[in-house]
Amino acid sequence: MAMKERTVKRTAQPLVVKNLNLSIGGTPILKNINLELPAHKITCIVGPSGCGKSTLLKTLNRLTDMTDDVHIEGSVLLGDQDIIKASGVELIELRRRIGLVPQQPTPLPMSIYDNVAYGRRIHKLSRAGRQMHKSVLRYLNAVGLVTEVKGKLHSSASRLSIGQQQRLCLARSLAVEPEYILADEATSALDPISSRTVEDLFVKLKEDYSIIMVTHTLSQAQRIADYVVFIYMGEVVETGTADQVFNHPQHELTQNYLKGIFS
Amino acid sequence: MIHRNRRRVRRDKTSAIVMMVMVIASFAFVAAMAVGLYLKAQPLLSDHSIWQLLTAREWKPSQNEFGFLPFVMSTLLVTAIALLLALPLSFFTAVYLTEYARTWVKKLVYPALDILASLPSVIYGVWGTLLIVPLISKHIAPHFVEFSSGYTLLASGLVLCVMVLPLMVSLFVELFSAVPNQLREASTAMGATPWQTTRRVVVRSSIPGMIAAVVLAVSKAMGETIAVLMVCGNMPQIPHSVFDACYPLPALLANNYGEMLSVPRYEAALMFSALILFVVVLLFNLISRIILNRVKAKD
Amino acid sequence: MKLKSKYVSEVLVRALMILSIVAVVAFVISILYIIFHKGIQSITWAMITQLPQGGFFISGEGGFLNAIVGSLYIVLAATVLGLLISVPIVVYLNIYLKKDSRLGYFCRLTFDVLYGIPSIVYGAFAFIIMIAVGMKPSLLAGIVVTTMLIIPIMVRSMDEVAREFPRRLLDVTYSMGATRWEAMRVVLRQIMPGLTTATLLSVGRAIGDTAAVMFTAGFSDFIPKTLGQQTATLPLSIFNLLTMPSAKVQEKAYAAALVLTIIVLIISLTGRYLSGRVSKNKI
Repeated sequence: MAMKERTVKRTAQPLVVKNLNLSIGGTPILKNINLELPAHKITCIVGPSGCGKSTLLKTLNRLTDMTDDVHIEGSVLLGDQDIIKASGVELIELRRRIGLVPQQPTPLPMSIYDNVAYGRRIHKLSRAGRQMHKSVLRYLNAVGLVTEVKGKLHSSASRLSIGQQQRLCLARSLAVEPEYILADEATSALDPISSRTVEDLFVKLKEDYSIIMVTHTLSQAQRIADYVVFIYMGEVVETGTADQVFNHPQHELTQNYLKGIFS
Repeated sequence: MIHRNRRRVRRDKTSAIVMMVMVIASFAFVAAMAVGLYLKAQPLLSDHSIWQLLTAREWKPSQNEFGFLPFVMSTLLVTAIALLLALPLSFFTAVYLTEYARTWVKKLVYPALDILASLPSVIYGVWGTLLIVPLISKHIAPHFVEFSSGYTLLASGLVLCVMVLPLMVSLFVELFSAVPNQLREASTAMGATPWQTTRRVVVRSSIPGMIAAVVLAVSKAMGETIAVLMVCGNMPQIPHSVFDACYPLPALLANNYGEMLSVPRYEAALMFSALILFVVVLLFNLISRIILNRVKAKD
Repeated sequence: MKLKSKYVSEVLVRALMILSIVAVVAFVISILYIIFHKGIQSITWAMITQLPQGGFFISGEGGFLNAIVGSLYIVLAATVLGLLISVPIVVYLNIYLKKDSRLGYFCRLTFDVLYGIPSIVYGAFAFIIMIAVGMKPSLLAGIVVTTMLIIPIMVRSMDEVAREFPRRLLDVTYSMGATRWEAMRVVLRQIMPGLTTATLLSVGRAIGDTAAVMFTAGFSDFIPKTLGQQTATLPLSIFNLLTMPSAKVQEKAYAAALVLTIIVLIISLTGRYLSGRVSKNKI
């Protein structure tokens, strides 16, 4: 039985957050969040540190499961599936569809090749051998790493520079063919040049993927965002296109934040 | 595809259940131990009160007299001597290692402690028999008493002291190294000598942990069997000086398991001594671990 | 005046510290000296290659191969059984349970306590069970009690290794849609060296334990051929031989002590230096 390489059917559905409340150990972190995150765009979530933006991002991938005493209400819908209620098969499939690039580059403790192949192996997306090799190269190419790591595909991923590691993590996320990519301050640990490289990648990737980024660098958001969500103290203060939010902010808090009165 | 994912999830869930059962079985194991020992000690407890057993002096199993006082006292005294010796030794060693020592000293002392920690109890017993016992009977005791066999309270305490040293030193070292360096620098910057800094900053902030470490060492010392058994003299009496023989609870248990089935109530009496050890060690361990966990959580 | 006392106490304390260090090192040297000195004087090739002849405790003829093999049998079997139980528990605590889980806290506490319970109490408890199920002292009973004893040691030392695995790597694998079972394989592969060390340290501890097998394994002049037969163990033989009056028999005890010390030191020191985790003497 010849298994053809699977390409996952992609839809261009928006991610819809409805009445989302989240508390950890009784302390409310997110309060009544309602959002519609459009497909094939870059949405930047901005706000002062500690406002709950990272928690929101983790909720979208259900990584909140890993913390004790978390209580979630409301729903996050991708198509007709609710991420908050998903379990078992549905949950691992949803996580595949919504990839996450962590703040710190975190290569898995294995070779460069295995890092990219890992997700495709567990989800059985390609067969071992030529097929896998081709797809690993494809995703390394997508993040511009293919020439840089040529000849050392099977050496440990932790030998790469930090910037390369972060691009590898991106390739690893792309390799399971997600529709959404969540990036949690994915450039904050990088030097300015690698940071720009990753930024440019995101802009290129939005043709095929929908990108949601948490950032506290306003200039970065201004450079690449199509949509902006401003969160303050666990509540959504203002949303809109980048132009709207940056150039014509409606809310006083947003105006002050943009002026740099608090950060 | 869906089918394959189902299999993945099923494997995940099944493994979770199996592992959880194992974890719960470990709770059950502790409970089973307590219940088992209690049930076996029950015949003795049904006609003697615990207080009676612990305070009576006469130990004549064949006449149904079971006084645990000599054994309890021996256990307490041996432990006390071991700790009295080990506490200053391990404290100063740990302070030296964390606050003063140069690298070459550390490279010498840590492996030495590793060796102490790995040696089996019976080897300590051999060492005690060959070195400590003759040392006491020939060179130390004659200065104080007329005669001592060497198989004494002091010998047991000394051997035990060396056995708990690695545990105490490593717990102390861990506590002291957890004290942030900024605190030391702040104190030194005000003109404190290294010892003043150690005493007022490092030790003071480690006190709860140190108490827990001592409690842990006490419970280890109380349950130690073979090494003590080999040097303690095994006489069911209340020792009056450190040059008297003693007979701690674990030794009682180890010496008599063979014949216990032949004398009525004897088995119950021995299991009662196991129960005492179990309960005391359990409580001491619980207390000290809870304190140590708290201390760690604060860092 | 005040200033002076400050320096006096400094000097005094330093002297005390150096005394303590010297004492610790002297203890180690004296133990090793006694064991090696007496052992090398007494040991012969026959002792470690022959079974006892003409009465183990009386004649002094032959060797203690029965005890060496008996100890190895017990410890090997207990290690395998112990790993089968400890590894899943450690995996459950560190991968399946959430961080800071209550169940995890109590489970760790339980194993701390189990670790602290004296081996003589394990022996007594195993003895109760043996009587209850009508089992006689045997190789099997020795294996069972050693397994009980080795599990807490393994769980605690392996848990310490597993806890150092960075949590965010786990998050990354989950975020790609891996199940916990799949994440476990990544973790296990990574912490394998640490687990090896933990296993070696536990084995070193178990092979030297006397009190538990005293109740359960019995004694025999021969190498056991079935699980139901009694067996000698090295530490218990040392203990028994040393209490015999004949000097010739005692020599066997010194030789056996040397053999046990060498085995234990090789196992545990290899374990410690393999992963550079020197001086974690809580294990």
